[in-house]
Amino acid sequence: MTRQVEVRSGMYRDSVGLMQVSRDLRALDGVSSALVAMATELNVDLLVSMGFEQPDGVTPSDLIVGIEAADEDAIARAHTALDSALAAGPSGAGLSDGSREVPPPTILAAARRAPAQLALISTPGRVAAIDAADALAAGLDTMIFSDNVSVEHEVALKEIAADTGLLLMGPDCGTAVVAGVGLGFANVVRPGPVGIVAASGTGAQHLMALLDGVGIGVTHCLGVGGRDMSSAVRARSTLTALDRLDADDTVSTIVVVSKPPAAEVAELVTAHAERLTTRTVLGYLGAGQPDLTATAERVAAAVGLSWVAPRRWGGPVPTSRQGFLRGLFVGGTLCDEAMLIATSELGVVASNIPLDGGRRLDASLTATGHTFLDFGDDAMTVGRPHPMIDPSLRLERLEQELADPTCAVVLLDIVLGVAAHRDPASDIAALVRQYDTPVVVALIGTRDDPQGLEAQATALAEAGALVHASNAAATREAIALVRRSRA
Amino acid sequence: MTPGPAADLTVVTAGAQMFADALNSQGVATVDVAWTPPVAGTEDALTAVMLDRRRVGANAKALTAMTSAGAALVDVRPAHAALDLEPGHFLHAGPPLTWDRMPGPLRGALIGAVVYEGLADTAEQAEARLDAGKFTFEPAHHRGAVGPMAGVVSSSMWMFELHDETTDHTACCSLNEGLGKVLRYGAYSPEVITRLRWMGDVLGPALQTATRVTGPIDIVAIIAQMIQMGDEGHNRNRAGTLMLLKEWLPALIQSGLPTGDIADVVAFVSGNDHFFLNLVMPACKLMTVAASGIPGSTVVTTMARNGTDFGIQVSGLADEWFTGPAQVADGLYLGNYGPADANPDIGDSAITETAGIGGFAMATAPAIVRFVGGSVSDALATTRRMYDLCVGENPRWALPIMDFRGTPTGIDVTSVLRTGQLPQINTGMAGRVAGVGQVGAGLVSPPMRCFERAAEALARRVSP
Repeated sequence: MTRQVEVRSGMYRDSVGLMQVSRDLRALDGVSSALVAMATELNVDLLVSMGFEQPDGVTPSDLIVGIEAADEDAIARAHTALDSALAAGPSGAGLSDGSREVPPPTILAAARRAPAQLALISTPGRVAAIDAADALAAGLDTMIFSDNVSVEHEVALKEIAADTGLLLMGPDCGTAVVAGVGLGFANVVRPGPVGIVAASGTGAQHLMALLDGVGIGVTHCLGVGGRDMSSAVRARSTLTALDRLDADDTVSTIVVVSKPPAAEVAELVTAHAERLTTRTVLGYLGAGQPDLTATAERVAAAVGLSWVAPRRWGGPVPTSRQGFLRGLFVGGTLCDEAMLIATSELGVVASNIPLDGGRRLDASLTATGHTFLDFGDDAMTVGRPHPMIDPSLRLERLEQELADPTCAVVLLDIVLGVAAHRDPASDIAALVRQYDTPVVVALIGTRDDPQGLEAQATALAEAGALVHASNAAATREAIALVRRSRA
Repeated sequence: MTPGPAADLTVVTAGAQMFADALNSQGVATVDVAWTPPVAGTEDALTAVMLDRRRVGANAKALTAMTSAGAALVDVRPAHAALDLEPGHFLHAGPPLTWDRMPGPLRGALIGAVVYEGLADTAEQAEARLDAGKFTFEPAHHRGAVGPMAGVVSSSMWMFELHDETTDHTACCSLNEGLGKVLRYGAYSPEVITRLRWMGDVLGPALQTATRVTGPIDIVAIIAQMIQMGDEGHNRNRAGTLMLLKEWLPALIQSGLPTGDIADVVAFVSGNDHFFLNLVMPACKLMTVAASGIPGSTVVTTMARNGTDFGIQVSGLADEWFTGPAQVADGLYLGNYGPADANPDIGDSAITETAGIGGFAMATAPAIVRFVGGSVSDALATTRRMYDLCVGENPRWALPIMDFRGTPTGIDVTSVLRTGQLPQINTGMAGRVAGVGQVGAGLVSPPMRCFERAAEALARRVSP
């Protein structure tokens, strides 16, 4: 067995791209382990934990390569593959004329290359505020996909945006639709009369998918970030987003989806919504508030279309053993919604993102009783891609829960869309087949999503999972299974 | 809200390539940033500075000030008159430094200047007196003056005096001595001193007469023309030199001076392709000083080297220097000289790049790209890269090859640190040893450290 560590300076690639390169290297004959990553503290620790020697004096702008292989030949093959993968560089169809055009090193430089309206930022959270300030200075509406941006920086950015009349979406804005174009983890939606203002990601995606399910289109969905309605941020982006939607004649109904705002912020938003000329549905999520499915039903009523209950795929209800409910989510809002329903039916639940009055899991995230994990939480995504792209962490946990004798039912969400994993269902379906534990899935997607909503649902149902297009309905069925097992 | 169908939307993407791919697959055009992390260790300072609400407006103001400043040659006078410079007090290039840290070329130039002023009889005596601390030194920038290479100015040296009517600032620069063994490259042999005496006795007074008769000469306008004629204003000043001479000629001819002197003056000026550099530099100084002292601005207003340290000044921080070790230029050497013979970077002439020409206007000077070790396409790429480091363009100075785009103007400290790309400076190289003179020419960059320190200081001035 041969091990080799190499440092390449001055070569930056994004973490998702490097993850793919690492994976391709590991797949080579004779290569047992490989890591190609930027030398962040986290990645260096990772390299060491993989049994490689710690490289000296590296900075996050250095690329580190660790390869473990059967022999020198395999190392050489890995190097050849690495060189060609890195030489290929970023793909994609920019506006570069391919001659001697210098690629833009900053957002402002890019905005000077071609007239643009919007910036989409997914740079590392620690420095994303720098890029966002640059985008606002360039006069662009800005979406920050990156998480781990501090609330102080968020407020400062939103003040700059307000100074200049620009919309800042995020930080941690997973989803947006602007003029029918999906940004980030967006679903493919058909144009229609609805405009959405949503905290961040999966709540908005779920609402769009539910509306799509009854044929209601969405023209814009503006994400404002999970903290926008907090006392610190004072709904700065929500108010701008409401004005933008109000000014758009194609929008006849506005929906606001958010966790319950701080009291004084709720007043601000309600007062602002009352001044708009467009009808506005406020859909706050929380104890005693309607769930997303109920909100979708209210929107359908406002638009004047009839409501049909969201679909369910799957066979008869399986038998389940005694034990606890385990929720494994990639969507924070979906996890919150499921916990709200579960808490009201089953009592206090534990989580890494506990509700008020909920139990917080310790750092080991060991399940205790009814337990819900959000794999998309900031703390779980430091230095790694979001679980909608890289499902490995959740798959590992899923297998562990399925094998756990104290687990009665597993509740999962799967989120489809343009930037999500190409086929999230198949790995999950394979695990569902291997174990007897019942699995209930909330499948969030639209008719036009590239993964194929029907195909994903069918693959899961055929493996024995119970699949719902409504997260609330999925949660209720999972709870019913837990209850029946206890009876 | 952005109106119309998706085809009208163009999105700038920075970060994960998959989001750009997802947009392209929806038929949306993207401009993808070739993003790299900021220079390690500068993240917090950069964030504070980028989030400073004054920054964008302050930088716009700095750009306007820089590109609207005027620069007219109004007089030619000795330094004691133009700058109140006393005998025994000397100006030098770059940030402040003490005699013990001065490099060979600067020591050589000071030795020559001491001899020229009659403050010592021999070079040895001059050096002994300098060593003994008999004289005082000050950066030329502190007096609103600039000097190429060693930049040494003593009280009886003749100066060009340029004036900006917009701001009422004045900037001065010595008269260019030509190439080879010259004081500014650290040479102090008798031929150097003899030439300086002729410049004081004949050249200076003749140009004073010509300038006073001709009236203010608009140097900004001559620069606008020269950069359309293949001069970048730092390492090539051929067209500018001849255009200036053309302005002076009628007055020189009618001056009543001995025709031999007039012929000598004309031959000296027209025989020195760099003569006009010493007018470009104070013109650039007037532009950059106009942009200095704007709170919150991250625009660089000075880049200058003393052969030991490279120093920059930033608009929002006024006259504070931020220094790092000066680098040795990369380029071509004269004769048998090599890298070991070259002194680290020296001179105030990087004021030209600070004002957006020199290395920044490389695209307009294809004739000299081989001299500084590059190809024509490198020159075009350099200017394109410099646009990305600058807050804007100077419409008065248009580059024909760039489709008459203005020169890249106003280096932004934050852009340098965010991209890790440094301003490119075209420069001459002085010999390491005092007395040698010029050994080559090439390209050089400031040390990143200057920008790191400036960003930290800018961050400290951001009110919370």
